[in-house]
This record gives sequence, C-alpha cells and structure tokens, in this order.
Amino acid sequence: MSVTIKSVLKPEEKMMRDTYCRVLTELAGQNENIVALDADLMSSSGMKPFMKAFPGRFINCGIAEANMVGVAAGLSAMGFVPFAHTFGTFATRRVCDQIFMSAAYAKLNVRIVGTDPGVCAAYNGGTHMPLEDMAVLRAIPEMILLEPTDSVMLENLLPQIASQYGAYYIRMNRKNAVGVYEPGSVFTIGKGVVLSDGRDVTLFCSGIMVAEALEAAKLLSEQGVSARVVNLFTWKPIDTELIVNCANDTGAAVTCENHNVVGGLGSAVAEVLVKTRPVPVEMIGVQDEFGEVGPEDYLRGRFNLNAVDIAAAALRAVKRK
Amino acid sequence: MNNNLPLRAAELRLSTLHVFEARGFGHVGGAMSVVETLAVLYNGVMNVRPEQPDWAERDRLVCSKGHAGPAVYAALAGRGFFGKELLQTLNRPGTSLPSHCDMNKTPGVDMTTGSLGQGVSTAVGLALAQKMRGYDARTYLIVGDGECDEGQVWEGLMLAAHKKLDNLTVFCDKNGQQLDGYVKNVLDTGDLAQKFASFGFFTQSVDGHDTGAIAEAIEAAKAHTGEPAMIVLNTKKGYGCTFAEDQEFNHHIAFTPEQMQEALAAAQKRLEEVSA
Repeated sequence: MSVTIKSVLKPEEKMMRDTYCRVLTELAGQNENIVALDADLMSSSGMKPFMKAFPGRFINCGIAEANMVGVAAGLSAMGFVPFAHTFGTFATRRVCDQIFMSAAYAKLNVRIVGTDPGVCAAYNGGTHMPLEDMAVLRAIPEMILLEPTDSVMLENLLPQIASQYGAYYIRMNRKNAVGVYEPGSVFTIGKGVVLSDGRDVTLFCSGIMVAEALEAAKLLSEQGVSARVVNLFTWKPIDTELIVNCANDTGAAVTCENHNVVGGLGSAVAEVLVKTRPVPVEMIGVQDEFGEVGPEDYLRGRFNLNAVDIAAAALRAVKRK
Repeated sequence: MNNNLPLRAAELRLSTLHVFEARGFGHVGGAMSVVETLAVLYNGVMNVRPEQPDWAERDRLVCSKGHAGPAVYAALAGRGFFGKELLQTLNRPGTSLPSHCDMNKTPGVDMTTGSLGQGVSTAVGLALAQKMRGYDARTYLIVGDGECDEGQVWEGLMLAAHKKLDNLTVFCDKNGQQLDGYVKNVLDTGDLAQKFASFGFFTQSVDGHDTGAIAEAIEAAKAHTGEPAMIVLNTKKGYGCTFAEDQEFNHHIAFTPEQMQEALAAAQKRLEEVSA
C-alpha cells in the first residue's frame, strides 16, 4: 500500500460512475472473461460506453435483481468474471438469499456493485436509501465488503477485484466524491489507511464520512485534541491489527459511517475491540432509523453525519477514558 | 434411443431408495418423481466425463429442486462419478452428499441449489455462458411445479427466452404436490404448460415416468432452435415407493425399516420385471 493524501479536499471533477465504466471497459479489453450485468439501471451506472465497446459481454437483466445475481453466479461457474450493478438497496436487502446461496455459499466468483450508499440516495428517499446493505451482507461468511472512498481508490481497486476470486460487494457512490487520494495511490484490500496521525482518539471512517472525519480532526486540533484518522474502506475482512494498534495508541475511538450503526462499521470495529482492547467507542452513523427524502447535505444534518458531530463524539469518547 | 432406459430407471429407483435407507427419513417424494428423467439424462443424453468432472465443455445439470439430491447422487454414482458405497453416507456428519445439491461437495454436481427458484437463474447463466464461449454444450434444468410459486423462476424464464437460449432444456416436474399438500390447494399454478409457452418456451408435455417419451422430448428440444425448451413432466410424487406414493404429505417423510424393506422389495420386483 502506498498512498498520498490530497492537501485540499474538494469534489472530484469526474463522477465515480465514469471512473467505474472507464476502468471496467479497460479491464474488459485486457480480460475477455469480464462481463457486466445491470437491472435496468445502466443509465444510472453509466455503463453505456461499456455496452457499446462489448455488447456481447453486457447483459441487461431487466428489473429482476434476484435473477441477475443468479445469472452472474452461473456465468462465473463457467469462468466469467461478472460485475452486476443495481442500486444498493436492491443489490443487497432484496437479493440477500441469492447472494448467500448462489454466490457466496456456492463459492462462486461474483461482484455485486450497489450504488447510492446511504444518504447519497438523496431525492430517491427512504425507499431507495441503503442504510443496512453492509450489515445484511456482513453476516454472510467469506463475503468481501468494500466502500471505495473516491475515484482514485476505485481505479486502483477495480483491477484487484477483477483479478481476485470470491464474492464481493462494492458499495459505490456514483456521483462526485470528495477527492481524498492523489492519483497513483495504491491500496490493499483488507488494510485500512492511516490518513493522519493522532494520540488521543481514532476516527475510523469510510465513504463520504472520510472527508468529514478529516475536517473533524481539524476541529479537534483547535481544541487541543489530537485525532488519528483511519479510512477503513474494507468493512470485511476488517483490519483487526490496525484497529487494535489504534486502540492501544489512542485509547478511544469514533466510528463514522453513512449507514445504520446497527451491524455496520461501528459494529465491526466494536466486535474487534471488545475481544482485544476494550476502549470507549462512539458511533456516528444513522441511529437505527429509516432514511428519508432530501438533498444530501440536509440528510447529513438530519442524521448527524457532519464533522461537528464527529468532533463532539470524539470529545465524549475521550472523556470516557 | 437406448432400449435399456426402463431398466436404468428401475435400477436408479432402487439405488435412490438405498440412499435414504440408512437415514430413516428424507425428501423421498420429490426424489422419486424425477428418477426417470435422471435415468434418461445420465444414460446417453448428458455429455459428461465422470473421470474429469470439471471438464469445461460438458453439458450441465442444475437440479433447482435441490431436495431431489439423493436421486441425483444415485444417478451420478450410476454414471461413475464416484463409488456407490458413498451413497450410504447421505446427511452423515461431514458427508459429501448433503440433503440439497452442493457443487463444492459432490463430484458431478454442477450447481449448488436448495433455496427454491435460484437454480433457474444460475442455469440461465450457465446456458448463456456456454453460448458466449461458443461451446456445443447444453444446460439441463429441473424445477418443481411447487417451486414455480417462486417469482424468481419466472424472472429467469423470461431472460432465457429473451436471450433465445435454445441450448437450455428445462424439465418441470409436475407432480402436483408441495410440502403443505396439493399444489392446487396451496397455490394453484394453473396451466403451467400454457404459461411456459406464453413465456416463449418450446413446450412439450410428457408422461414423466415414461423414459421413452422423455428421451423423445429431449431430442425434439435439441432439434428446436431459437427458443429455450420446456418439458412438462406429468409425474406422481413418491412414484414407485410403496410408503410414499399416493400420500398427500410425502415431501419429507420418515419411514420404518419395515416400510423401507417393503419399498425395496417392490422396486426390486419392478427391476426384475423390466429385466425380463
């Protein structure tokens, strides 16, 4: 792993779906086994260029997500490497049993891509807001769960995901993410990234919460609290070693996720810490509520997902030491 | 056509009963109803290599009604994928022969099934992949009529027709029964053959216990191009098993050693009649 952090954080010029399509199309040019599937959301996933480049390797299954997962599994049993996309809600909770049996239990080689994570579903509202997608799949053995932070990370992870074997879920923002990493950064699946060092508390974060956590660290610094920021983009397998080291070094933690705190990143980190190095943990995330409609910035405020919320949680965690 | 098919079916019914024998319980009904189809498939239809179970260009079978595993295992052992002594290990701790088909445990099993409906989609994926690879290979799929309650079945059939997967042959084991009783009483699936035809399948209906009729329908399906094929098997759940046939609740049943001996004797007698 070799990463460089951007000095100034701002939204990337390209949408993540554009990077997803471009990189997957490049990979498909190198590997004739790569196939893409969609469930009538090709326009949302931005995969039309892939379909134009490889019409025989793009399968639109229609609005039939359960079937799509099974078809992907069947294709992989013949050596194809399928990437199947739909919105995160339909990619997980709707097809949990298909992912369980036809993909994971059958030990087949399937990638499920779910877009619009958590509050990024914004104007599609509560029905379309996956706040439990990672929790649902985290309980399935051997699943590999990833939430790429920005386009740079996505670009580096996709070739790895394409060349490795297993059942993957990629929770992907399809719009403009805040750019955190400099181009050329290299990531290792299963290993967290220490974005900034600190002594008093660790902020474990993922997805859109990375930028918020970095901002929270600045706010805490102004109050004399030194916060370490760690991007846990792999939710499963979780980076146990790094989490324990951080607990030893800082003695307190805040988990920051754009997801329900029940069964999500907070749970994953807590499961490690209670068995190894119990320290005070505060969990920033949606507090077991349904999502609702609105712009993303409104929803961040509504569910207390902003930097100020993380900073306040960090102070609580430090106080509990 | 192989003239020994009735004999092969009688042997397979007997060996399938033996698979259940040691356990004293199991999914007897739905295994018995597909015996003739499996006997036809593994005696001259399926292009497979028992000595090389993972041969890429083989024909594939997805038994989506995964609870018919014991009959599949008996058919695979009969075809030489593994020794018949293994058939005694059904559902024992650590066995390679679980209740429901598992591609990672049993040589010759092409897809993991058990959660109903899902095998339709994986079979569609396999058939699609065979076409994409340019293989001269076919995918065979067995679904139950009760299984057709599952919406996923119809999702998969629609895609198969849309993609014109004429290398896919589906068998619908229409035994008229599901776990809670007769299909017509639990959730009436109506005229399945008409539904399959309207979904774009080249549809035939045959006596599912007539090996000759099944073999002929398979040949007709292979000759038909441009559409996937459906063979509706009119069957009896528990067929040929004295303690299971004509019982309303024979999906998963327990039996006494005496009942099994009686069933084995009847199956043996049937085998001898066919041999003669």
